[in-house]
Formats: sequence, C-alpha cells, structure tokens
Amino acid sequence: MAILEIRNLRKVFGSVIANDEVNLSLEAGETHAILGENGAGKSTLIKMISGLYKPDAGQILLNGVEQHFANPRDAILAGIGVVHQHFMLIPALSVAENVVLGSEGSRFLFRKKDAIEKVLRISKELGLPLDPAIKVQDLPVGMQQRVEIVKALYRNARILILDEPTAVLTPQETEELFAVVRRLNQDQIPVIFISHKLDEVREIADRITVMRAGKSVNTMPVADATAKELAQLMVGREVVLETIKTPAQTGNVVLSVEGLSVRDDRKMTRVKNVSFDVRTGEIFGIAGVDGNGQTELVEAIVGLRKLEGGKILFLDKDITAESVSGRIHRGIGYVPQDRQRDGLVLPFTVADNLILRSVGNQPFSKSGWLQKKSTRASAEKLIKEFDIRPPLADAQAVSLSGGNQQKVILAREMSREPQLLIAVQPTRGLDVGAIEGIHRHLLSLCEQGKAVLLVSLELEEIMQLSDRIGVMHAGELVTVMDAKKATRETLGLAMTGERVEEGVAP
Amino acid sequence: MSVLGLVFSNPELYGSTLAMATPLALGALGGTFSERTGVVNIAMEGIMLVGAFFGVMAAASSHSAWVGLLAGVVAGGLISLALAWPAVRLQSDQVILGMAINLFAAGLTAFLLNTVYGFGGTPISTPQLPQLTIPILNNIPFLGAVLGQQNVVVYLMILLVIIGHFFLFHTNLGLRMRAVGEHPEAADTVGINVVRIRYFGVLIGGMMSGLAGVYLSIGMLNSFEVNMTDGRGYIALAAMIFGKWTPFGSLGAALLFGFATAVSFSLQNYGVSANLIGILPYALTIVALTGVIGRSKAPAADGLPYEPSK
Ligand SMILES: Nc1ncnc2c1ncn2[C@@H]1O[C@H](COP(=O)(O)OP(=O)(O)OP(=O)(O)O)[C@@H](O)[C@H]1O
Ligand SMILES: [Mg+2]
Repeated sequence: MAILEIRNLRKVFGSVIANDEVNLSLEAGETHAILGENGAGKSTLIKMISGLYKPDAGQILLNGVEQHFANPRDAILAGIGVVHQHFMLIPALSVAENVVLGSEGSRFLFRKKDAIEKVLRISKELGLPLDPAIKVQDLPVGMQQRVEIVKALYRNARILILDEPTAVLTPQETEELFAVVRRLNQDQIPVIFISHKLDEVREIADRITVMRAGKSVNTMPVADATAKELAQLMVGREVVLETIKTPAQTGNVVLSVEGLSVRDDRKMTRVKNVSFDVRTGEIFGIAGVDGNGQTELVEAIVGLRKLEGGKILFLDKDITAESVSGRIHRGIGYVPQDRQRDGLVLPFTVADNLILRSVGNQPFSKSGWLQKKSTRASAEKLIKEFDIRPPLADAQAVSLSGGNQQKVILAREMSREPQLLIAVQPTRGLDVGAIEGIHRHLLSLCEQGKAVLLVSLELEEIMQLSDRIGVMHAGELVTVMDAKKATRETLGLAMTGERVEEGVAP
Repeated sequence: MSVLGLVFSNPELYGSTLAMATPLALGALGGTFSERTGVVNIAMEGIMLVGAFFGVMAAASSHSAWVGLLAGVVAGGLISLALAWPAVRLQSDQVILGMAINLFAAGLTAFLLNTVYGFGGTPISTPQLPQLTIPILNNIPFLGAVLGQQNVVVYLMILLVIIGHFFLFHTNLGLRMRAVGEHPEAADTVGINVVRIRYFGVLIGGMMSGLAGVYLSIGMLNSFEVNMTDGRGYIALAAMIFGKWTPFGSLGAALLFGFATAVSFSLQNYGVSANLIGILPYALTIVALTGVIGRSKAPAADGLPYEPSK
C-alpha cells in the first residue's frame, strides 16, 4: 500500500485554479520527483499536504487512512516533514532554537543544552555538520537548508518533502543533499522532490510525476523518461533545451572595474583587487562556488556596498561615489539574488512592481501624478512578453509562484533597456521553458549592443551564454577565459583556486 | 558643597528615581510582551488610565487596596483585548487601534469619574497600597534610603522584570512568543498557534500596564484624576524601544527616564526648566533608533498582521 496517496485534490484561489484533479502515490523508500512549470501548482500541492492550505476537494490518505489536516501541527504529528521553497526559519533565533521550536520536548523550561545536543546528534547521523549555537541569519542558504532538513527529522518525519531544494545549492551541496536523500530512502523514508532540473531528477528520483496547469498529467518510472519528453510533458510544447548563441560583436567598454576590494558586513575582505571590463554586445559570465565574493562584488558595482579600494567606471565616467539610484539612472539594470527580499515589494501588484524603478518617469507619471493607464498597458505587454502567469496585472506579487516572481523582476529590469544588465542567478527556480525564454532575452540584449554581467552558480548556464568567463575564488578573479575555450574541467579547476594556464590575464 | 553635589549625593534622589521609574518600567514591560509577539502596542497610555481608574473604584468600594490592585490589573487586561481582537483576528492596523484605545480610555475614565463620583472626585477615604520596609536592607546607609522603603508595587515591578526576562528567554512559551513576533508564518508551519500566542502577549502586556496605572492612582496617591497618566504611557513606549524590547533594557531605560524626572524636580528649586528634561526620553529614543549606541531593532514582524492557513 502507498504510504501517501493523493486523490483528485483541488485548490482554487479566487479566479486561479492552482490545483485540480491532482493524483499522486508515494511508496515506501522511494524518491518521487514532481516536475512542472512555474505556477503549475507544485508548491500549492505541498502546502495542502503539510496542512497550510485546506483542499477545496479531494483526499489525502496516509497508509490508507484519510486525513483532514486543520493546521500544520496535524500534518507534523502525522509524520509529514516539509522543507518549503521559501525557508521557514526565524533569522533572529539560533539553529537549535529553530530546530526544536514548537516541539521543545520539555514541559515549561527551554533547555538550551538539550536542544543543542539533539541537533548535533541528528546532524551527525545525517552527515550534515551544523553549528547549533549560531544564529540562522548568519548562515549561508545552503546551511539554512540543512537546518530545515534537521528540523523535519527532529519532528520524526516519516515522509520528507523538499520543494525546490537544489535551487539555492552549489553542485557540491546538491551532491551532499542527494546522499542524505539516499540514506533516508534506505531507512524506508520516502522523499518527494520538486525540481526544475531534469538531470538532477533523473539522477535522484525513482518515479516522476509531471504537473501541468494545476493537473497531474503523468507518472512514470525515471528509466522510461528522456529529458526531451519530460520537458515536452511539462510545457505542453516542444522545448529547445540548448540556446544557440551567435558570437558577440563586441565594442566599447561599458563597465570597467579596477582593483576593486570590498568588505562584507563583518568587515572581512571578500573581494580582493578584482579588475575586469565588460564591453557592449557581450555577456561576461562570472562563475564560482557560492560565497567566493560574487555577491559582494555585484553589490559594490550596483552601489549597495562601500568600496575598500578601487574604482568603478561606467561608460567612461567614474561612478565610484555615485548613489544606487544615480547608477540606475545612468543605465545599470540589476536582478538581485534574493528576489523576495531585494527585488519585489510583495504586497504590491504585479503592475506596480513592474514600474518600481521608473515610477518618476514618463509615461508612468506626469507632473508627479501616477498614470494608471500607461502603467497597466506596459504591465500587460511585459506580462505577455515574459509569460508571467497568471497573466493578471492586478495580482499581488506575493501570490505569484516563486518562478513567476523571478520573471517579474527580470521583466522590469530588462524593460528599462539598460546599457548594462547585472543579473545574479537570473534563472534560479525557473522551469525549462522559462529558462529558455530568459536566455533568449539576455542574448537579444547583447544583439542590441547592450552589455550583460551574468553571475551564476550553474556552469552550464555560464558556458552556454557567456562570451568571456571570469572565475572567482576566495575573493580573487583567478582567471578570465574565452568561453569557446572553456570546458567544465578548466572552469571547475579554476573554481578551486588553481590558476589556469590558458587563462588570459584579466 | 555645590548645589549639584548636594542634589546628587542625596539618597532620596535615587529613591524617587525608582518610584518614578516604576510605572514606566511596568508599561514598557507590558509593551515588550505585546510587541515580542508581533503586536505593536502604543496603547499603554490608555490602558494605564483604565487600570488607574478601576483600581481606585474597586479600592474605594471594597475598602481594600488589594482588591483595587486586582481590579486595575484585570481592567488593564480586558481593555487590551480591544487591541488584541481586531489586531489578531481582523488584521486591523495596530497603530490606529492603539491610538483609538488611548482616546477612548481618556474619554471613558473622565466620563466615569464624573458620573460615579461627581464634582468632589474620588473619595478621600480610598485606601492606598502599603509602603513596605525591608528589614535588613533598610538599615544599610544610603542603600537603605534608596531601596529599603518603597511602595509594594515597586518591589512587584522588580520581581516582574526578573520573571519577565526569565519567561521570555528561558521558557518554551517565551521562545514561541519571540518566534511569532519574528516570523509568524514559520511559527505556524511548526504548529504554533499564532493567534493564541498573540492574544496571550497582548493580554499579559495589558495586565502589566494596568498595574502601572494602579500604582499611579492607589500607589503614589489614593485618588484618580482626569488624564492622570500625563504621557507616562508614551514614555513607557520610549523606554521599551530604548530598552531594545527586553525586560532588563526596559527597566534600565525607565530608570534613566525616572532619574531625569527626579533630578528635574530637585533642580526646579534652583530654577532649571522641567520641560527641558521632559523631552529627554523622546530625544534618547530617537538616538536609540538611529543606532548611535547599538541599533534598537524591533521584532521583525512587529505590527504585521498575520492571516493563518487558508
Ligand atoms: N496564496 C495565493 N493566492 C493566490 N494565488 C496563489 C496563491 N498561491 C499560489 N497561487 C497561484 O497558484 C498557482 C500555482 O502556484 P504554485 O506556487 O503552486 O506554483 P509552483 O508550481 O510551485 O511554481 P514554481 O515552480 O514557480 O514555484 C499560481 O498561478 C499562483 O499564482
Ligand atoms: Mg513552487
């Protein structure tokens, strides 16, 4: 008998049918992947299974017994552990406090030592080292995910659900996660694994269920599925998995970074004497393992972080002392890494989010008055162009699925036709169809003679799109190479800090 | 000795500092309990007034100051539910609610004073909460004059601050309250009842502010006067912020503000303006918020309504 069985589950939000006739069965010890486009309804399904949303129709059965979860507590008690797409951790509390919160295991007094011990024990069993005393806000995202997993298992989860767990991980962290998933499977704990990355799904999953437009369209063993087939099932049309890139016609220098050094919030130098140029018509890719200074470098270029040393030139003007808004008005577009925190005003509508950067400008504002009509018209155009779903200009940004939030930011930044677009992980959490779209948009920017600085943890993405690739390691730009000459091996080597032979001096 | 030397070496100055600080500390502690769960509470002024009035009324009619204390605390708790219910259940704006409660409480207590007691005010026979004398402590020079003989509520306040700290930072419920104030959705996903916790925080907070009011009416005096809190609820708010939303911090800030008031009383005899010192709490609060002396940061979800699972 299936451990978990979903029968004809349905959930409607206003006019949006998020889930409809969803069926799924989860067997003991298997890893079951759910694939689907952005907005297909994957997270909604998970939220119903975990008691956050109440289904409008259909059944959830555990070991054959129908469940009616009134709240998340019921689901936890039934043995369901979830790592949500947007982590549910409290930044101001310690790791240990986050793990035991709500199930502290003592009657009245909070026993800090016990909590720390429990975290250490579970993380050791799983092979996921964690410092229980540190505050979550001081942890990188990869570590935060460990906290979430430990948190679920501390609650004796007998089913583990991971909603897009690898979107924020480095390749190495992904491998560690997979090891954990395999170990859990061996202990007969089934795992639901949501992802957009077909190769990962093929590596880790036993069976795959594809969702499209709120429905579960097919379930199959992983061996029977080819990447092309899966992509087609998800999107409902044929997808070009590889974008064709024409060689760049590079021109003048748009951005020039000279001897840049940057410190992080804790006054540690995270970027050391980095210099490079980005020219019109090219995509300059920055590869590297997460946390090697890419974030700080970008924040410094955008003006969010002070320089310790060095100079930034944009279109031959020294902008080192310029404000963020000054830089934006000069023509720099920025797609930040943390879309929920930095990129969107979640309670605002999609239309308002789309003009955030241009509020004061024609045609969105005339002598200080907002122009609703032109805002709407432009929003509708962008929604269509970037395939934002649901296609409602008045929807609140917070109600959009993770991937569609990302599309809103990209649409906004690209629509301003910046001379230079700085994109950090622009396709994180996007489905194959959407990635194809974003890649096309980036390439077309270059064809129009604009420049792109692309920071990504995905080697494939960097290699596919870039004209030149810089690799960062421990705050240094260890190499800059021609993308045509770059291979996975040379890049991978550089990412560990090796200076690569054929790398031209930056 | 110089004038200042005389003023500052007088132990009475510190004794009255403690007395002045007590209503501020209780109000700030009440605010802390509410805001730690994520409900902004600017209603301390109004809650204190209600506590003060019902404290006197119950004390006068029962001839027992203790019954008065109890009634004031309960009244503070009840009126705070007028903040909790719309804030937690209806997701209303908490700042506007707090303002409304302050205005309502001022009107209500003035109206009741007039209708119940008429022109003469509350009865002069109203019993007062006792001063306590702490045996050994009282005999220590200087310290005895500061701490040895104070109103019972002063000692209660010190006790509540210690218990409050212990509760917030060393119990499971305290941890959950802080979690709810930081990230209610995350708390919800681990099965914490956000609504219940927020009710609890606001209610406990209201009771403490009620006690602050009781102290003003039947601790320091034995009567109620229209608008007798005189802005102390707002200074308590300032103390809560200046104290970084912690019990000990609140006490520290309340002592500082209380000290300023006590000094201004002493210096008045020498012709220094009390108004100047009256702005001190607010000036310091602004300093605290701008981060000159270690930034004071509110709980992340403070003031944000939360709608539980759909
Ligand atoms: N709270 C909500 N209110 C209104 N609409 C919602 C809400 N949550 C989700 N939706 C809508 O339901 C649909 C499904 O969203 P869901 O988050 O489940 O997608 P998803 O498959 O997880 O996508 P992604 O891969 O982008 O995370 C979307 O159209 C989304 O806009
Ligand atoms: Mg999702």
